[in-house]
Amino acid sequence: MNVPLKAIGQPVSRVDGPDKVQGHARYAAEFDQPDLMHAAMVLSTIPSGTITAIETKAARSAPGVHAVITHENAPRLPYAPMAKRPQVDAQGGDQLKVFQDPTIRFNGQPVAVVVAETLEQAVHAADLVRVSYEHADGHTTFDRARGRAPSRGNEKAGRPADTEIGDADAALKSAAVSIDANYVQAREHHNAIEPHATIAAWDGDHLTLHDKTQWPDNDRDEIAHVFGIKKENIHVVSPFVGGAFGSALRTWPHVTVAALAARVVQRPVRLELTRRQCYTSIGFRPHTEQRVALGAAADGTLTAIVQEAFGQTATYEEYAETTLDPARNTYACPNVRTRYRLIEMNTNSPCPMRSPGVATGMLALETAMDELAVALRMDPLELRLKNYADRDQHKNLPWSSKELRACYRVAAERFGWSERTPEPRSMRRNGHLIGYGMATAVYPSHRAKASAAATLLRDGTALIRTAGSDMGPGTYTSMTQVAAETLGLPVERVRIELGDTDMPYAPVHGGSITMASVGTAVQAACQALLDDLAGVVKASPDPRLAAFKAGTPEWRDGGLAGPGGVISFAELMEGLGFDRITAEGQSAPGNESKTHSSAAFGAVFAEVEVDPDFGTVRVPRIVGAYDIGRVVNPKTARSQCVGGMVQGVGMALLEQAEWDERFGRPMNGNLAEYVVPVCADIRSLDVTFVPGEDTIFNPLGVKGVAELGLSGVSAAIGNAVYHATGRRVREFPILPERLLMG
Amino acid sequence: MVPFSYTSVADPQAAVRRTSEGHGVEFIAGGTDMLQLLQEGVRAPLELVDINGIGFDDVSVAVDGVRIGAMARLADVADHPVIRERFPVVAEALHESASPQVRNMATVGGNLLQRTRCLYFRDVATPCNKRVPGSGCPAIEGQNRINAVLGGSPDCIAAYPGDLAVALIAADAELMVVGPKGERTVLVEKLHRQPGSTPHVEAVLEPGDLITAIWIPIAAGGRLSHYLRVRDRATFEWALASAAVSLGFEGTRVLEARVAAGGVGTTPWRLRAVEELLVGRDLDRALAHEAGERAADGARGYGGNDFKIPLLKKTVTRALMRVGGISPGEPA
Repeated sequence: MNVPLKAIGQPVSRVDGPDKVQGHARYAAEFDQPDLMHAAMVLSTIPSGTITAIETKAARSAPGVHAVITHENAPRLPYAPMAKRPQVDAQGGDQLKVFQDPTIRFNGQPVAVVVAETLEQAVHAADLVRVSYEHADGHTTFDRARGRAPSRGNEKAGRPADTEIGDADAALKSAAVSIDANYVQAREHHNAIEPHATIAAWDGDHLTLHDKTQWPDNDRDEIAHVFGIKKENIHVVSPFVGGAFGSALRTWPHVTVAALAARVVQRPVRLELTRRQCYTSIGFRPHTEQRVALGAAADGTLTAIVQEAFGQTATYEEYAETTLDPARNTYACPNVRTRYRLIEMNTNSPCPMRSPGVATGMLALETAMDELAVALRMDPLELRLKNYADRDQHKNLPWSSKELRACYRVAAERFGWSERTPEPRSMRRNGHLIGYGMATAVYPSHRAKASAAATLLRDGTALIRTAGSDMGPGTYTSMTQVAAETLGLPVERVRIELGDTDMPYAPVHGGSITMASVGTAVQAACQALLDDLAGVVKASPDPRLAAFKAGTPEWRDGGLAGPGGVISFAELMEGLGFDRITAEGQSAPGNESKTHSSAAFGAVFAEVEVDPDFGTVRVPRIVGAYDIGRVVNPKTARSQCVGGMVQGVGMALLEQAEWDERFGRPMNGNLAEYVVPVCADIRSLDVTFVPGEDTIFNPLGVKGVAELGLSGVSAAIGNAVYHATGRRVREFPILPERLLMG
Repeated sequence: MVPFSYTSVADPQAAVRRTSEGHGVEFIAGGTDMLQLLQEGVRAPLELVDINGIGFDDVSVAVDGVRIGAMARLADVADHPVIRERFPVVAEALHESASPQVRNMATVGGNLLQRTRCLYFRDVATPCNKRVPGSGCPAIEGQNRINAVLGGSPDCIAAYPGDLAVALIAADAELMVVGPKGERTVLVEKLHRQPGSTPHVEAVLEPGDLITAIWIPIAAGGRLSHYLRVRDRATFEWALASAAVSLGFEGTRVLEARVAAGGVGTTPWRLRAVEELLVGRDLDRALAHEAGERAADGARGYGGNDFKIPLLKKTVTRALMRVGGISPGEPA
């Protein structure tokens, strides 16, 4: 058998690609069931108040309708308290409890659900429900004066209200050069292609959920608590997720609505959010306003960093972000002060969206660094190198690996940074103003407890199973590669199954932790399988296996090597008389987070062309170089970075919820008016991975990539806009009017 | 969503009868806007009459002009050699409309009557005088960056979103309309109504009126023309501001001028002040700027859309320069 010795590091095409393009991959809403019924939600249209009456008669008598569920007739749900899971849950307050009381906490809150034979019947009947409200005063404006410190839960989860090393304000005052500016980041929505959807089916007190989720195990835990049933009674199936960017990390109220509706009608129920409902029924990246003040010596050495952030959160629960993480450890600086405040508003709860907190914090910090470079008359790249952080000064730990210097060098070379003339408005092409800008990218690397099962089948192929999710980055493919390499099999002979709570436990598929967590579990499971197999071989009386018992087993070329050559897995299984042999593997963070700080790094360079009359900005080029540790699959890893660049174009230039303070409602809740980049907006994207391996962080040597890909991109674009125009736009996105009118 | 019945007709007279006599009966052609409106509950017809089978989908060239069937798809018209050669303002307006998929489906007749993208019109959770007469206009003091700066009333500032109608005004186009009272023609310029106190009435068409064709006189084909659109992203978005310019020259002297603007008015907006200023003068950079300055005469901003006023002026100026073959010069 001709086997590629190294599966890891190869640009393997997506193993699930053919299924996806041929429509065989099934997503949450597509699991048809016998007797399936359809649900449509009625959402509140006021931000704050009480339901005084809810008229459902017309809806109940509409054709095909089986149930109309409101707070007046919904079964009381236990909503048993459960520990907050830091990766996904808001750390303060309490989750929204659907149909349990008449209180309206935000515009777009579910107030009723209609269940009918067809989707059209359900939607029609939902329109017939009439809700009367008593309005109450609420908070629909982003008012900094109402900013308050995060609760203890958020403090403990790494979102502290105040931190300081040294004396940043004093250092700022006495700095030779300083800047002090305010930045606004608009509320952004995930807008994954696949809308959130759930199919719930009860069998007695057993519940099956087909759901769009980045964490099947968490879906099960949450719904078990909500309904007060044992989690063993819940089976969550979520093999494919059509993009999520964080919106499917936690279990949203509509999942409960689907399960509740299915219980009431005693039939399977499908609930799919409309695009507009996705703007209020799931989360979003919170509107955040920041102040950054930087002080430096005349040679550019940073002497003070002050970064303050005001983030938007809901009234009923408290979501906070790690917005100020980058301020504390991206650059070496003896005096750093951060201050984080939350502003409660009558809105659905925000939630993580790709590079949560960090993308927002980096947008302000990296714009401010550019402003400082201008004030110092120093090259922006040189300023970053001057203040390179050789240690994580906040944690006072060494990095487990850091190749950021190489990132700066490689990206600057590939971009042609040396051709930049520093003066704003100094570069022109075809009547357009051209600008070059750059920014640092960073995202902390974490890992979590994970497990996987590896099975060798009689035909010598392997099956790997883990409950983890693949929301699109290529988890199926990268896990196949890890298993193939560990087992010494070609990738074609390894199959992966994901997204099912019947499979071994996996952590949340978010925060770029999957490769370091689930990947190492798959590696461990495959190694355990080989160890078990070696043990069986040693114990086997079969004379044909006698030659393979001596010394340490050598697994290669799809089997076990011995003096007379390799005996294939299929032959081994045949000889042993096994149909299958399975081993489980676990991985968990060790001591490394106490001895080292881990993060992925990058450098992003962007070119913009600005129409001087119209204020329109286009991005001909983005170049990024990244240190993500060992690269398991350069093709899918590149896709991650390219996707981050595209999203960064959106963050810098296009994406914003147009919030109406009178209604407490994002008004542009559809893909026509919430503008994201289209193909024509994207031209050249160049991605390089610098060599690196982080075996201190985990045995595979990988770090994370997904979040990193967005980090810094929007700042690089904004800095390029400044260089092109001489105008510093501090409110993002940089819309034409902000250049025309500002 | 309200249940509705669906009828497909092959005979235009039957379509006219059906919609003029029935209550809540509306045409559906390409459906690219209608489906959005149905799904969002913005519109609730009781019956849809599918007119995809009635024909009227060809482009025919005569000595005195070009006749575009109302059922012709945007993509087919945009690619038609005579349209491209003689009426670039029309071809360019279509080429940059929507996405390839939408252009393959949407008809030119339906495109002229597409509804506004005003955020409040499209979201049934809020009031809107255009959707529910008398309910109020939240856009005037709300999120109005995409709304109109020309033609607004105290009841409505929704912008007409389309491009084709704007280009057709610059091409002196008229519409063939068949209705319960027979056939008539309507100048494209006269098709849309100002909102006034009845913003829900958008066109001069009566129930049962069916646009069957667009007629572009050949005279317009003798002029130089261009359609320029400015938007947030490179494509697949309605214009923040657009300009349709069609000029007849003798040397550099402007003999005849048609200039219209899109994305800025409650209807496609003919800029007569700009036209009058141009006629009889040599088009150069200075005149393009001078004329562009008149483009926003009478305009009023409502906060979020204030920028459209300078943007409109600059868009018209640039479009004039393109038609005149004048370089905009280096940015200051």
